[in-house]
Amino acid sequence: MNGIEQMPAWAVALTAALVLMGAAVTLVGSLGLLWLRTFYERVHAPTLGTTLGTVFVALASIVYFSVLQSRPVLHEILIIGLGAVTTPVALTILVGAARFRDTAENTADVLEREIERSGG
Amino acid sequence: MNPLVLTYSLAIAQMLLGMAMSCAAFRMFRGPRAHDRVLGFDTLYVNAMLLLLTFGIRSGNTLYFEAALAMALLGFVGTVALAKFLLRGEVIE
Repeated sequence: MNGIEQMPAWAVALTAALVLMGAAVTLVGSLGLLWLRTFYERVHAPTLGTTLGTVFVALASIVYFSVLQSRPVLHEILIIGLGAVTTPVALTILVGAARFRDTAENTADVLEREIERSGG
Repeated sequence: MNPLVLTYSLAIAQMLLGMAMSCAAFRMFRGPRAHDRVLGFDTLYVNAMLLLLTFGIRSGNTLYFEAALAMALLGFVGTVALAKFLLRGEVIE
């Protein structure tokens, strides 16, 4: 906590509000991951929650360091961009894998049942 | 008064992020199937990255930002590798 005493009040309030909002949105997403019933419902919650939470926390970091060093500090935009690009890609591949596994097992079940029925 | 507001809100935000990380860790250890565990892992590392960003704000040090960036990159690669393994490896055997 160096130099924080000289910060203007609006910067402190904005940073605090953005950090709290980001953490709360992330917690809501993770609670959705914990509570929802099926995988295809669960996959939505952390996607939205972590992306929005990353945006808010990185904006708070931008505001804080820009005011603290009295020059625009914008490298947190890298994290925002990276999160916005990689999260949908990773979770789309994951849902594709889950769907592939589910259909493979279902067709296996169907085949097994048919073999059983034709045998019996 | 003003720095106290920021200190308290950062502490509360870190507690909320810790709770979010424990939710994700629970889903990772408990998750009924493998893709649930991968989803929990993905959420866990993104929450850890956000926790590192709040540590950076708290200490006024930009070094945490680089650690968070490396964590985001490596976590994405890990999630994609695990998803591709689920797509290719386990079903065939």
